[in-house]
Amino acid sequence: MEAIQTAALKPRDYASDQEVKWCPGCGDYAVHSAVQKAFADLALKKDQVAIISGIGCSSRFPYYMDTYGFHTIHGRAAAVATGVKLANPSLSVWVMTGDGDALAIGGNHFIHAQRRNIDMNMVLFNNEIYGLTKGQHSPTTAKGKVLKSSPLGTIENTFSVGELCLGAGGQFYARVPDTDVKLMAQVMTEAYRHKGFAMIEVLQNCVIFNDKTHAQITGKESRALNQLVLEHGKPMIFGANSEKGIRLNGLELEVITLGQGGMGINDVLVHDATNKSNILHTMLVQMRLPEFPVALGVIRRAQSSVFDQDFLAQSEAQKSNTPFKGLNDLFHSGNTFQIN
Amino acid sequence: MPTRESPPSWPSDNPNGPIVNSFTKLENHPPEQDLALTANVKGRVNKQVNSVVVKFAGDSGDGMQLAGSLFTETTAIKGNAIATFPDFPSEIRAPQGTVAGVSGYQIHFGASGVHSPGDAPDVLVAMNPAALKANLQQLKPACTILCDKDSFAKRDWEKAGFDSNPLEGDLLADYQVVPAPITTLTKGAVAGLGLDNKAADRCKNAFTLGMVFWLFSEPLDQSIKFFRQKFKKTPEIGEANVLAIKAGYNYALTMEVIKATYTVLPASKAPGVYRNITGNQATAWGFLAAAAKVGKDLFLGSYPITPATDIMQELAKHKWAGAKVFQAEDEIAGITSAIGAAFAGNVAITTTSGPGMALKTEAIGLAVMAELPLVIVNVQRGGPSTGLPTKTEQSDLLQAIWGRNGESPLVVLSASTPSDCFDWAFEATRIAVEHMTPVVLLTESYIANGAEPWKVKTLEQMPEIQAGQLPPTDGSWKPYDRDCHSLARKWVPAGSPGLQHRIGGLEKDQFSGCVSHNPNNHEAMVAIRRDKVDRVADRLPDQKVKGKNASKLLVVGWGGQFGILFGAVSELQQEGYDIAITHFNYIHPLPKNTASIFARFQKILVCELNNGQLAKYLRATFPQFNFQQYNKVQGQPFKVSELKNAFVQQLQEA
Repeated sequence: MEAIQTAALKPRDYASDQEVKWCPGCGDYAVHSAVQKAFADLALKKDQVAIISGIGCSSRFPYYMDTYGFHTIHGRAAAVATGVKLANPSLSVWVMTGDGDALAIGGNHFIHAQRRNIDMNMVLFNNEIYGLTKGQHSPTTAKGKVLKSSPLGTIENTFSVGELCLGAGGQFYARVPDTDVKLMAQVMTEAYRHKGFAMIEVLQNCVIFNDKTHAQITGKESRALNQLVLEHGKPMIFGANSEKGIRLNGLELEVITLGQGGMGINDVLVHDATNKSNILHTMLVQMRLPEFPVALGVIRRAQSSVFDQDFLAQSEAQKSNTPFKGLNDLFHSGNTFQIN
Repeated sequence: MPTRESPPSWPSDNPNGPIVNSFTKLENHPPEQDLALTANVKGRVNKQVNSVVVKFAGDSGDGMQLAGSLFTETTAIKGNAIATFPDFPSEIRAPQGTVAGVSGYQIHFGASGVHSPGDAPDVLVAMNPAALKANLQQLKPACTILCDKDSFAKRDWEKAGFDSNPLEGDLLADYQVVPAPITTLTKGAVAGLGLDNKAADRCKNAFTLGMVFWLFSEPLDQSIKFFRQKFKKTPEIGEANVLAIKAGYNYALTMEVIKATYTVLPASKAPGVYRNITGNQATAWGFLAAAAKVGKDLFLGSYPITPATDIMQELAKHKWAGAKVFQAEDEIAGITSAIGAAFAGNVAITTTSGPGMALKTEAIGLAVMAELPLVIVNVQRGGPSTGLPTKTEQSDLLQAIWGRNGESPLVVLSASTPSDCFDWAFEATRIAVEHMTPVVLLTESYIANGAEPWKVKTLEQMPEIQAGQLPPTDGSWKPYDRDCHSLARKWVPAGSPGLQHRIGGLEKDQFSGCVSHNPNNHEAMVAIRRDKVDRVADRLPDQKVKGKNASKLLVVGWGGQFGILFGAVSELQQEGYDIAITHFNYIHPLPKNTASIFARFQKILVCELNNGQLAKYLRATFPQFNFQQYNKVQGQPFKVSELKNAFVQQLQEA
């Protein structure tokens, strides 16, 4: 705790004095760094930020930040955060959650937050496992995986965070690996600036229970060919020498190699994150290894009506139209009668 | 002077209640009786009566709730004391013509002695044989039965389970039956307007209401005003209802079969401005008043559930007054959004009924742990599970007190009457904010939907609510620092400059407020949270007893059955019995003088609409006393007569 913040802060100034207790090597540390960097880049006031979490490893996050923080109950962070935002719309509200927290027990709040498009940011640490309860399958665990609660392999189909987000009407969706702090911080900055619900999926590694689950995407050797980092207004090219691109062929995406088969840079799709239609965004989200690289960065960033703004606007409109000067007027309105 | 005829008009030293009630004096109610009998010009008798019970009954789609509430409005404006009891099936349009589909609205109105909606009607409106059948077992002798002759065809009375036409045999010989061709006459009355058959048919309730108004010499203008206002966009429907109500009135006037009319004198009430109010509306307004006193916006996170939804719908109209109403995706989001709003500095509430309460349980525990102000309203209905959604019960008491994981104390209050829901919503908010604790406010279907006149209060009449000052920003404050008397921590809304801090569901160190798994610290925090709630009792008014000199039988009640219990005990006191009543609104913690009250009586009888939940709680709290029980679990309120019988039996056995 300290005096009211006046000067610009460095990233580490946003960390609390609490000892961070994630496992050594956990991807959560990278997210912690990225959030601090983003907050410093945005020069946020610590007392104007509220970080809300549910239950799980990722949900210990608020304790490690010197902002307002509320570690709530399993799955409900988005709902708590909705109340925080409506109560004090000037706060920058961040929800820290995991794949079990947000998509299993909290699935309902997840989809409705997307649908409402309330102005807050959700960082979903997707390690495809329940870590804090020591390794059970989550809604994003790869089918067939042998775990303690699935000794014969899971037989469950998986949720795709991005598809779920866009399917529920999400207007902002970004995907980032926990290995790229710079990209994470950049995406968080964009999320902050976006008016509406901003969904950031972090491909996060659990070193203990699901190590290397994202290794094909994040591995040093494979990442150049397996990552497509999208930038709004830029062509969708990737590869160690930017030699690959994504082209729309009829109703399908396909990978092309520039300079081969008569294909050139002009055949490559240019990313439009702001397109109202989410069809192409959904196709990008659906690109999977090994046929495609995995799309990263801000995949969708579209404008739509924002719940908390409309909520306030209704109140303001009614305030200027009401016949009542105060509650006493209301209590005396309508069918009252006088007893003498 | 009492603010209303019906409770809580405790004797001289009352107010059974929160600080906000005005003190009231006991009136000597004359026993209910005919005050005068005068013959009118047509040879009919006009009876001047002290109070009357009228019940409107018909199919769920017949508009009986509307007819009942319009009748209530008119009698309330005239100045009668009233108590109402809407009783309807949970289906929106239950199977037509069946007993299960009957919707009823009972109103007791009069000059005095109106503590309950009445055990049985003096006048029954039966729109079909099913409505007659459903009420046949509970009619007063010589009851007047108005019924729609047109709906008593063979298939109608067969469907209702009669062996023959009840209007033709001597089944109803003891009653004054007024069979009127209501359907035919209604259609005739509105024929000139060119409505389709269905729309014309739907004016039957207005026609019937007109007849009832004539029966009680009541004016039509209030209802006519209502119809014109309500159907402003479809004036032909409004006009049809106006024609129908006038036709009903005139028909009754000229129809010789009605042998008597009644005049019910207004009640002698304290001077002032009154309005008719239901429990749910009063609850909503109580919260508006409380938030205004705290000086913060009101946040309601809620999910639709019978019979609590009306509170949300009422508050949703008042965004102008700073009410933020968030209809959440489920019950859990309802309460958790409210907890978030409390964290960010709004006066936060959530409203629900039993099944929703069960879903909110984990989140209530979070509010206990985070020590945030929050009011949870449970408008109780019949349970368990979906139970009886539209019927009344008091079976969520132990759930409210103890229904959470861990040692998880909170404050439990209950309201007594429709209008005092205002005061208890206010008081619940005061305690939540001043003591930094979740508060459960228990109301019940019976008072939530019931209506009575409310002497309108103003904000200036309400006490202040102290939300406390923000702590210094010099770094000395810790989130779980406490007031040394109340043990409440400070409410520091997220966004307060320089005071950022973390809270959460994990146990916290009692000094630093940081996460702690230390064994001794946990035990200390468990004790602190318990003591904090117990110390709420330090500032509560004494529990009151009606029956100062009684010593034989103490009737104990809680919640919305107050009026009926009070009425039954008052009548027995007037008949000379050694009986008293104490009625609990502060349930956890209990008022500090509770044991001293119990100690005065030979017998204690705890009366509640469940299998004995308050009794169990009292036995656990006061093992030195012997608590007898009187219970009813039928989805119906008590009746004065059954209570009087039970009390007299207890007194005779004593």
